[in-house]
Amino acid sequence: MKNYATIILSNQEISPAYFRMRILTPGFAAVAAPGQFVMVRPELGLPTMLRRPFGIFRTGCLPAECEGLPPREYMEILYKVVGEGTRILSELHQGDRVELLGPLGNGFDLGAPGREKLLVGGGIGLVPLFMLGEALLAQGSRVRLLMGGRTRDDILALTEFERSGVETYVSTDDGSFGEAGLVTKVLERKLRKYPDAEVYACGPMPMLRAVADLCASLRADLQVSLEAHMACGVGACLGCVVKGVGHSEATPRYLCTCKAGPVFAAAALDWERATVASDGCGGECK
Amino acid sequence: MPATRPSLAVEIAGLKLQNPVMPASGTFGYGEEYAPYLDLNRLGALVTKGLSLNPKAGNPTPRIAETTSGMLNAIGLQNVGVSEFIQGKTPLYRQLTTPVIANFFGNTLEEYGEVARRLADIPEIAAVELNISCPNVKQGGIVFGTEPTAAAQVVTLVRKALQKPLIVKLTPNVTDITVIARAVEEAGADAISCINTLTGMAIDVKSRKAKIANRTGGLSGPAIRPVAVRMTYQVVQAVKIPVIGIGGIMCARDALEFLIVGARAVQVGTANFIDPGVMMTIIDDLEQFLVDEGLTDINQVIGSFTG
Ligand SMILES: Cc1cc2nc3c(=O)[nH]c(=O)nc-3n(C[C@H](O)[C@H](O)[C@H](O)COP(=O)(O)OP(=O)(O)OC[C@H]3O[C@@H](n4cnc5c(N)ncnc54)[C@H](O)[C@@H]3O)c2cc1C
Ligand SMILES: Cc1cc2nc3c(=O)[nH]c(=O)nc-3n(C[C@H](O)[C@H](O)[C@H](O)COP(=O)(O)O)c2cc1C
Ligand code: FES
Repeated sequence: MKNYATIILSNQEISPAYFRMRILTPGFAAVAAPGQFVMVRPELGLPTMLRRPFGIFRTGCLPAECEGLPPREYMEILYKVVGEGTRILSELHQGDRVELLGPLGNGFDLGAPGREKLLVGGGIGLVPLFMLGEALLAQGSRVRLLMGGRTRDDILALTEFERSGVETYVSTDDGSFGEAGLVTKVLERKLRKYPDAEVYACGPMPMLRAVADLCASLRADLQVSLEAHMACGVGACLGCVVKGVGHSEATPRYLCTCKAGPVFAAAALDWERATVASDGCGGECK
Repeated sequence: MPATRPSLAVEIAGLKLQNPVMPASGTFGYGEEYAPYLDLNRLGALVTKGLSLNPKAGNPTPRIAETTSGMLNAIGLQNVGVSEFIQGKTPLYRQLTTPVIANFFGNTLEEYGEVARRLADIPEIAAVELNISCPNVKQGGIVFGTEPTAAAQVVTLVRKALQKPLIVKLTPNVTDITVIARAVEEAGADAISCINTLTGMAIDVKSRKAKIANRTGGLSGPAIRPVAVRMTYQVVQAVKIPVIGIGGIMCARDALEFLIVGARAVQVGTANFIDPGVMMTIIDDLEQFLVDEGLTDINQVIGSFTG
């Protein structure tokens, strides 16, 4: 983990309100693991001060021949414009400066090679699943992505997943793309078919809760990637905590989302007592 | 360029610091969190997260929200407790040359005394910073910081409990901070830290709810700097003991404002979250300022306010 004072290579709207930003980050790919995140801030003045956390969508390298330039390593974030900070990011251009701290946090446990893997993404929650999918395929596992959104605009980067070899299944609440209904419906069907599957989920809290309930009742191993309001991203401010299993006022078991997470084994969290107290998008942005 | 580098060294209550820059309590964890990013030995001192007698869970979440040029927090002083601190955190401090200042608080007068006694004989702790100013806990904390008699009482008790330099951290949430400053000086404080966060509130207009679960929180960051500079200036005038300036310092120029009105050192808080290397930049830039001004010693800047 290190602080990159760097530049944007590109920043494009890929679906209404969703952006994809490619940032120059030499040396980053070698240290970034699936599920980790970065803290980003534009090098502007102070319309917003704090950095914003984003999952690492993918890393890559522009080949040397490209425009006569040396090879350039980059990382990409996918983000949804929800407030002031993401709005400012969305207005940045190629060549603009950003600072990026990372990679941060603990990523996914890749589980048993060869075992069936089900990735469940809700909206922008699909971000950390792409690198995960690649890593799971590389270890010889079969990988299926169950992707849910409110409407077709919330379904992102499907071709990219498919190109990498992941099988994809889409559902939307309004039925405008894929199957109509919640992604948990698809998950239940798949879990009944592959009872041995390991499940990985990232998305809005209500979805994660439903996935956790389902996996608990069907005894499937589940890892979730959580969101929380963050200031430092490194475990210093204690702003980002979630309740771990066994938490009570007398025996506090607060876990830092930034340092102990953002990926947790679902069994390590206290789902009953409003685990993720961060309202995050409140389920609104899905 | 002068042949020798200018001196940034300052002294506070017998503590010799290589430079006047240290992190503000609660914004730098126990130090270990930032060790991968910067050389802790370059800091003037290291100030820990506030400690209490028993581990403390802290407040419900969300605990933080950003506001214009500032942030609100209601962490609620979550910490590992003084025993775990001594066992788990001090081994790192043994390897440091930078002095470590333990920030602590109690829910009751007795608890303040007990934590002080536990810290008294720990050689890795060079000094203590008594927090009588946290706005985020129901009992204790702020009561001791807003009432001069209570403030004097807790300082007297802690003074008796340990020999180490005793720094007392004041709250800005009072009508006249100089009254409290004089009370803690008389009760035996060796230095004053000025200021803790200002009580604030932020509302989400769609849900009509407070943005943090505790409803109110402590405001920090650039938004509070002018208030902090004013209070530092007033406290410096009111007492003879050294004052450490805190509040919204983002760069060397901000730190200089505090030093010029008489602060002997500064603490950097929220800025660490925005740029984990900020204290290193501030130290370098303070040195450059001395060079540019043709000065040889940071003490020539301290208290150089000309009205
Ligand atoms: C580990 C992690 C990974 C994330 N990955 C992605 C991603 O890949 N793509 C993406 O679009 N979003 C992601 N998010 C959410 C993203 O950080 C927020 O949407 C963003 O911070 C909102 O900032 P804003 O200034 O636009 O919103 P505002 O509402 O104006 O922000 C105000 C404050 O609230 C915080 N905040 C608001 N919403 C959230 C949220 N949902 N989660 C955490 N903090 C929030 C902000 O950081 C900021 O401090 C991630 C969050 C975390 C914790
Ligand atoms: C997240 C956070 C946690 C804090 N925790 C403590 C604490 O434990 N003890 C304390 O005395 N002050 C605490 N403070 C107050 C800071 O030490 C400092 O006084 C305040 O933030 C103002 O400085 P700044 O504007 O540079 O951040 C905390 C501040 C923040 C932002
Ligand atoms: S964001 Fe500061 S502790 Fe996690």
